[in-house]
Amino acid sequence: MDLEIESNMLNLEIAGISLRNPAILASGFLGISQAIFERIFDEGAGAVVSKSISRYPMEGYRNPTVVVLENKSYINAVGLSNPGHESFYEEIRTNDKVPLLVSLVGSDPSDFEVMTRKLDKSRIIGFEINLSCPHVQKLGMEVGDDPQMVKSIVKATKSNTTKPVFVKVGVGSANLLDISEAAINAGADGITAINTIRAMKISIDNFNPILSNKIGGLSGTSIKPIAIRCVYELSKKFGVPIIGCGGVSDWEDAVEFMIAGATSFQLGTAIGFDGMSVFNSINSGILKYLEKKGYQSVKELIGRSHKY
Amino acid sequence: MADHTNTNILRFVRIKKVIEETPTIRTIVFEDEYSIASMRGQFLMVWIPQIEELPMSVGIESVEGRKFAGVTVRKYGLGSTALYHKQEGEYIGIRGPYGNYFSIPENLTNALLIGGGTGLVPLVRLFSDLLHERIQTSLIIGAKTRVEVLFEHTVQKLLADNNLNDNNVAFSTDDGTYGSKGSTVDLAESILVSKRFEIMYTCGPELMMKGVQKLGERFSIPVEASIERYMKCAIGICGSCCINDKLVCQDGTIFDSNSLRKLTEFGVSYRDKTGRSSYFTSQI
Repeated sequence: MDLEIESNMLNLEIAGISLRNPAILASGFLGISQAIFERIFDEGAGAVVSKSISRYPMEGYRNPTVVVLENKSYINAVGLSNPGHESFYEEIRTNDKVPLLVSLVGSDPSDFEVMTRKLDKSRIIGFEINLSCPHVQKLGMEVGDDPQMVKSIVKATKSNTTKPVFVKVGVGSANLLDISEAAINAGADGITAINTIRAMKISIDNFNPILSNKIGGLSGTSIKPIAIRCVYELSKKFGVPIIGCGGVSDWEDAVEFMIAGATSFQLGTAIGFDGMSVFNSINSGILKYLEKKGYQSVKELIGRSHKY
Repeated sequence: MADHTNTNILRFVRIKKVIEETPTIRTIVFEDEYSIASMRGQFLMVWIPQIEELPMSVGIESVEGRKFAGVTVRKYGLGSTALYHKQEGEYIGIRGPYGNYFSIPENLTNALLIGGGTGLVPLVRLFSDLLHERIQTSLIIGAKTRVEVLFEHTVQKLLADNNLNDNNVAFSTDDGTYGSKGSTVDLAESILVSKRFEIMYTCGPELMMKGVQKLGERFSIPVEASIERYMKCAIGICGSCCINDKLVCQDGTIFDSNSLRKLTEFGVSYRDKTGRSSYFTSQI
């Protein structure tokens, strides 16, 4: 492995978890197989978030589930396909090296209670609650737009684990700051912002929406300025760590997220363009930037824009 | 304005011709420069509007002296049946080509190809390339029954074009109605005991390919196999097509002996749409 990414300058802590670097695999990408988790870790990721796991298995939507757009962006409506929490517990049973966060999705507090109780026994570093999947009924954002429900879900999760719980928020009909506040008041240890944004692609050739679900979630470069704004607002308002997510495709994007106030950042779409080696190249880029700026640690970047 | 050089972006193509291959298999022919430039074994994601998007191996068809691309489909599920029923003049969406391709090692002098069902599609392209390179090539075509034997005439024409006789192609059917009765693996074994091959290539049902891999180990012959897994994105982000730590869409679909040896799931298990592992049970 490239030694550059092992530099102490990239080490950081987030909600009590020590990470070797701030580059985290975002939920929804590549995340159902222990063997793949290990490969992503070996490729240089600081941590890995699983695909969102539900109480029972979900097949997801029929293809097309992913549409590629021109500007390093995708629209997807995979439909939260996942093996269910019991099979996933077996999948990660052998995990002894990957700093793994399990993403959870459900429709009421009891789902989260059951899943957290079981998965808390796994060798994972924490949970991320997906309150913002924009394209599945009764799950994700439909739950995450209701502050009372958000509180109940976070409490149900927190009361069944001592591990950190992050809440992934999105740009839905409710105010992002209100939802985040509800989550933090209920005990969330950090906020991941943002999820994909509801979007469509329609063929001008045959007039069909391309995704089988018609509407999906936009990810990649297109949403980065919105994500930067959200991270900036959240990190200025709240004291908990914010994990930036949305359109990180190179080290410059990553640095911008941290300067906006993110303690670390997630990426996914970029893997489709540059492969899994993107973790290593982003970490190398950050390191060179730190050296050029004369900083000792990546932590010095967090929220540097706030004073202006 | 769409970037028409980005092959990941969906392209709309008009069906030029539909070829009846067997009672259950048809080839859908269309014009597309990127598909024609694809390599043997690469695949396209084919969008059947309002129905499904499927990974399909890219074939090359000659129509009226011009080269066209084609996908050969067996009617089976909702998506493949809808594609099978598409007619000349209708449109489908495509993106790609994706994946790696069958390699032809330098100084190769002979090769054995073993294909079953629609697994013949990439192998026939490879067969054509090998004949073009003047490499002595034998091909085994497997099918359930006589009427399902695929590409017999295509292969005969390729042989005739290269002044070769039919001895280079052998058939096996499960019910013995054409060629030898039994599996392609048994037929390959009977050939291997009396003739030495430098490489074997295979595409078809996974347990058949697993059988070919075992023959490769036994006779110390390198193997390349084209693996199929449930696929969504084809661009290496969704993880649906994983086998061990590999992504079939990006790291494959073609894996050589060294890789196959490490793929403990090959011929053993695959992941369903939820990502849970299921086990191969039916023997071919």
